[in-house]
Amino acid sequence: MKHRAIQGAFVVFRLTTILSFSFYISACANLGVEAWDRDLLAKPAMAINSAPLDQAIDDHIYFSKEASSGGKSFAGGGCGCN
Amino acid sequence: MQLINRSISNKADKNNHLVEKLALAATALLGAGAHSQDYVKDAADLASEWNIAASSLLYSEIDRVSAAEFIISGNKDFHDTGNFDFKIVLDTLTGSSPNGAIEQNTAQTFTRPSGGEEGEITIQQYTIGANTTPLDDAFQDLRVQSSFNWIDSFSEDYRYSMGGNFSKELDYTSVSANLGLEKDLFQKNTTLSIGFSGGSDSYEPTAGIPDPMQPMLFRRDFSSRSRFTRAFKATRGNLSGSISTSEVLLGWTQVVSRRMLTQFNLGISNSSGYLNDPFKVISLLNTQGAVQEYIYEGRPDQRTKKTFFALTKYHLEESVFDLSYRYMTDDWNIQSHTFDTHWLFFTDSGDFWQPHFRFYHQSAADFYTPFLVQGNPVPTYATSDYRVGEMDAVTLGLKYGMQLANNHRFEMRLEYYTQSPIKANQPTGIANLDGLDLYPKVNAIIFQMSYYL
Repeated sequence: MKHRAIQGAFVVFRLTTILSFSFYISACANLGVEAWDRDLLAKPAMAINSAPLDQAIDDHIYFSKEASSGGKSFAGGGCGCN
Repeated sequence: MQLINRSISNKADKNNHLVEKLALAATALLGAGAHSQDYVKDAADLASEWNIAASSLLYSEIDRVSAAEFIISGNKDFHDTGNFDFKIVLDTLTGSSPNGAIEQNTAQTFTRPSGGEEGEITIQQYTIGANTTPLDDAFQDLRVQSSFNWIDSFSEDYRYSMGGNFSKELDYTSVSANLGLEKDLFQKNTTLSIGFSGGSDSYEPTAGIPDPMQPMLFRRDFSSRSRFTRAFKATRGNLSGSISTSEVLLGWTQVVSRRMLTQFNLGISNSSGYLNDPFKVISLLNTQGAVQEYIYEGRPDQRTKKTFFALTKYHLEESVFDLSYRYMTDDWNIQSHTFDTHWLFFTDSGDFWQPHFRFYHQSAADFYTPFLVQGNPVPTYATSDYRVGEMDAVTLGLKYGMQLANNHRFEMRLEYYTQSPIKANQPTGIANLDGLDLYPKVNAIIFQMSYYL
């Protein structure tokens, strides 16, 4: 009985997840702009990584000095940092 | 100097153009006298398609390590859709780094291996004064890193990428490669991506790596040099350690409006192998709080990290604001929160100002302890490296970008970074340690200059 209840809960969870994902994806279709409205988005300052050199330097510093890395891009490895 | 008189109409050798641009960027950044203006002027005329940038960095912790770094990077478009970029980094590290021991009311002496030939071990001693955080002042390293990345389209909506990275220090080597796939949806307003990365690192410190949880040995405790050498080698079973890493990163980038876009990433990475720091020890105290031994740290040989990252960028009338948040959790029981924000203000002349604020908090790893106490059970894993202890960190910075003639750009940024370790749950059964600073703050200055051709 308990086993069936757990199975049922999983089915509901999966359906909810699929429905939620479908909802977000369909919501995405209503977001955004037409190609001719990309003047501001096309500016270098609006690029996702608009300062890659700064980003690389910061990643290396914080990787060396903190316990976290990655998230925005690959965490990588590559230093015996002190 | 010969570059100044080079005929700019000769475009036959594109490789030479790349080399020239690299030299020009470096020269411009270093401000090599009056001729740098000529270099810069000529660079503007070169008809090469390479975009080159050079950057130099000074990272300096007050009373601790300093690093100087120099980077050359470039990218070039190939046919309509391909793009290749590369980066070469050279950096040097000098100064003092905490060895993991806690300060005491009396002076403390430590040892470090300093090389040796044909099995001979040379040991140096260094002494730290009373009420002073023990720092090993012999750190010196040189690192060379190169990386590249290629991205191209399969079709109108699909892109792939591949890249590689190689890094070499005096005692550390790292190699990694990555592959990625991106798909655009809904008139390119939505981009979904998946990336894989794999790497292999190896650590080869002088005189091998200390076995975890083994004591630091002193020559004075042995009757002869040969007995000391034998005992020393017995605590260093391996000459090197290696680490394998693998990582998957899922991404979703969404254009929200004409002024706003967002990005969400989920990442999972696994590292296995030698995850210790071979230079860090832990103070073993008696119940009165006096140090009895120094024990080399030991960490688990597996670590799985999961990250969630969210970014939004918004274009206001005359500025661009971005805010990101990262949550990380791992099986060492470290959780971290990172808030990072920039606000870029354009000026009428095309220059810009950009203040930067970053806040970071992490909890401590399960096995973090500031010290060990005699009589308590010896843990399987332990480290006193504050970098896996609980801490807050704040970065405050300001960047100024200057638009130059010929579409060149010069940028300068100055940042102040401060780490504030937080008092941990200390081992019990020990006398009062009041008056000792077990969690010293770390303050650093970051100064960077970049030149874009």
